[in-house]
Amino acid sequence: MTPEQHRKPRLAPGCRMNDKSQQPRVLLMPEKALRLNGPSLEIVERCDGKHTVQQIIVQLQKLYSKGDPQKVEDDILGYLALLHEQRALDFE
Amino acid sequence: MNAGAAPPLALVAELTHRCPLHCVYCSNPLQMSPRDAELPPEIWMRVFREAAALGVLQTDFTGGEPLARPDLAELIRAARDAGLYVSLITSGLPLEEKRLEELVRAGLDHLQLSFQGAREESANEFSGARAHAQKLRVLKWLRGQRIGLTLNFVLHRRNLDQLEEMIALGEASGAGRIEFAHVQYYGWAFANRERLLPTREQLDRSLAVLKEAEARLLGKIRLVHVVPDYYAKYPKACMGGWGRKILLVTPSGDALPCHAAQLLPVMRFENVRDRNLREIWESSEAFRKFRGEEWMPEPCRSCERRAQDFGGCRCQAFLLTGEAAATDPVCSLSPQRPRVDAIVAAANAAPAAACTTTDWLYRPNPPSNSA
Ligand code: SF4
Ligand code: SF4
Repeated sequence: MTPEQHRKPRLAPGCRMNDKSQQPRVLLMPEKALRLNGPSLEIVERCDGKHTVQQIIVQLQKLYSKGDPQKVEDDILGYLALLHEQRALDFE
Repeated sequence: MNAGAAPPLALVAELTHRCPLHCVYCSNPLQMSPRDAELPPEIWMRVFREAAALGVLQTDFTGGEPLARPDLAELIRAARDAGLYVSLITSGLPLEEKRLEELVRAGLDHLQLSFQGAREESANEFSGARAHAQKLRVLKWLRGQRIGLTLNFVLHRRNLDQLEEMIALGEASGAGRIEFAHVQYYGWAFANRERLLPTREQLDRSLAVLKEAEARLLGKIRLVHVVPDYYAKYPKACMGGWGRKILLVTPSGDALPCHAAQLLPVMRFENVRDRNLREIWESSEAFRKFRGEEWMPEPCRSCERRAQDFGGCRCQAFLLTGEAAATDPVCSLSPQRPRVDAIVAAANAAPAAACTTTDWLYRPNPPSNSA
C-alpha cells in the first residue's frame, strides 16, 4: 500500500517514542521496539497527525538536500507503508 | 558473553500469583509465591529504575492477575517515570470502568486481554470461573481509551475449532494486535497435557484459517501466532534465548531467565531484594548457565541453527528427558524426539471431538502465607 500524499500519519494507539533524554531513540509498541536514527527519527517525529505525507517529504528533501529527491520520497513512502503494516501508524 | 552481556529487552514483572481464574493451562509454577512473600511497591519501584538503567525498554506486568494488587496504578506510574513502556497482561477481572481509567491515566501504554475462547460456556469451563462476560465488558470500556490493545487467545484441542469465531471477536474489538498462542506444556498445562494437545488435523486446518486472516487483515490488525512446538520440526527460540532478551521477576523477587525456570533442579536464583538487577543479569549463575553456546551438547553444538533457536527450551528438555542441558526433544535432530512422537501419536489416536472430559486439574490459588 502506498500512502496517499494528503493523508496525515499519526502513531497508532500503543505506539510512542521513548523520551528525548533517552538514548538510543526507539519507537515503542506492543512487544516490539524499533531503533530510530537519522531519517527514520525525522520521519517518526513528524507522524503526529498534523503533517501530511507530502509535507514530510518536502521537509526531508530539504534536510537531505544532497540526496536524490526521488529516492528520498520513495524511502519515506516505503518506511511509512512498513510502519502501517506493523500497525504502528494510522492515516488520518 | 557475560559481564557486558547485551541488556534484556523486557522486564517481565510477575506482580502476584493471586488470580480469580483457575486456567487449566496456567503457566505459573506448581509452587506459587504466597501472598505474604510478595514484594512491596518500594522494591518494585527500585527494580524498574534498575531495569531502565540496565537498558530495558519495556515491562510486562503479569501474574497471576496484576489487578489483584491494589497498588497497580502506582506501580504503572513508577515504571513509566523510570522510562519504561508498560504493558498490562490481564484476564480483565476484577475491574471496573473507573479503575481502568485510573490505570490509563497512570501511564499504561498497552493492555493485553486474555481470552479462553469465543464461547462463554466453554471459556468459563477452561478458566474455572465466570469470566467471559466480564471480558466483553472490558472491551467495551476500552473503546473510549487511546491505548494499545492486544487480544490473546490461548489455543488447544478443545477450543481450536472456534478459531473463526475468535478472529471475528478480535476484529470487532478494535484491537491492533491479536495473539493466537497455542498452549505451551509447562506448569499446569503439562499436568493437563493429554486433554489439551490438538490433533494434526485440527492444527493443519487452523494454520490455513490463520494464513487467510493474516493476509486479509494486513495493515489493520497484526496477527501473531505461536505454534504448539510438539508439532514443529525445530524448537522455538525459547525466551529469545536464555539470558538474552527477557528478565523475569517473580512475585517474591526471584530473578529468572524464564517463567518456568524454577522447575529446573539445582539452580539457585538470586533475589532482587539482595542484589542489583545489572549484577544479576550479567553475572549470576542462573543467567550464565545456558547463555551462549558453551553449555550445548551435540547435536546442537555443531548445528547451524544454534544461533537461531539456541537449542530450544531448557524447561521442556528437563520435563521430557530429565536433563536440563539436553537438546530440546521437540527438535527432529534430537535423539530423544521419539518421546515427543509418542505423545503426539497418543493425541492423534482419537478424533478431537471424542474428548469431552470436564475432569481438569485446575490451578488453585496460592497460599496466603509462607508457613
Ligand atoms: S489462572 Fe489463567 S488468568 Fe490466572 S494467571 Fe493463570 S493463565 Fe492467567
Ligand atoms: S539440534 Fe539443537 S540447535 Fe539444531 S535445530 Fe535442533 S535444537 Fe536447534
